[in-house]
Amino acid sequence: MTSYLVSLLGGALIGLSSVILLILNGRIAGVSGIVGRAVQGIGVWTNGAFVAGLLLGPVVYFAAFHHWPTVTVTASLPLVMLAGLLVGFGSRMGSGCTSGHGVMGLARLSPRSIAAVLTFLASGIVAVAFLRGAVL
Amino acid sequence: MRHTKLQPVAALAAGTLFGLGLALSGMLDPVRVQGFLDVFGAWDPSLAFVLGGAVAVAMGGMAWLRRMSRPLLADRFHLPMKSRIDARLIVGSAIFGLGWGLGGFCPGPALASLSLGLMPTLVFVAFMLAGMVAHDRFFVGRPS
Repeated sequence: MTSYLVSLLGGALIGLSSVILLILNGRIAGVSGIVGRAVQGIGVWTNGAFVAGLLLGPVVYFAAFHHWPTVTVTASLPLVMLAGLLVGFGSRMGSGCTSGHGVMGLARLSPRSIAAVLTFLASGIVAVAFLRGAVL
Repeated sequence: MRHTKLQPVAALAAGTLFGLGLALSGMLDPVRVQGFLDVFGAWDPSLAFVLGGAVAVAMGGMAWLRRMSRPLLADRFHLPMKSRIDARLIVGSAIFGLGWGLGGFCPGPALASLSLGLMPTLVFVAFMLAGMVAHDRFFVGRPS
């Protein structure tokens, strides 16, 4: 149960991050959009600073708890490559990912984001079911 | 154009909080994310708590925004203008979801995990960037 409370707290920090970006810079905290713009050379300093902060987050976690957060990658290397391509391509085509559509889109009650979230949840469930061998 | 020079500072603070939130919530771990999507197996509801906490706080931010004429460090709010649910949105989201489920990573956690220096996350981010560039170069770009 405590792990769910910690997840809730972690989520609240993510929400707070989105509020800061919105109220100060007037921007939606959508990671795929921020990275995409940085790669395109748009607002490099601001978008790059957000990405630098993302990398700093786990370092702050380490400083506070004296251990790194758990990251267990079970996928094989070819699968990791395919997943990366699909995530990069799909998040740009669909104008957002779990942060832009998932957090800010749902908070704005945007019909587009609600449709996007339901779609990527469904295809994510299909992908995991496929991995588990539940499909086939 | 007042205070715009402070925008990178605000972005750095927001990014750091975002990365810390991901680390704290356990969502840097692909196994936890896939556990949430594994509705036919051993379902892990954690991600729903993360999303619930994030959306609740962000909704507070939206309520605050409605009482402001402009952001503190910028001239205007940049909110998405599109309202139509089109094929690009659905097909793109479906493709994104497949990759999300297969790898257990979405862009935020993938980038934040780079701090741990694990080889698979480096490979994932490299291919994610390639996928983004491929989309923006060969399909309609999305300037905003």
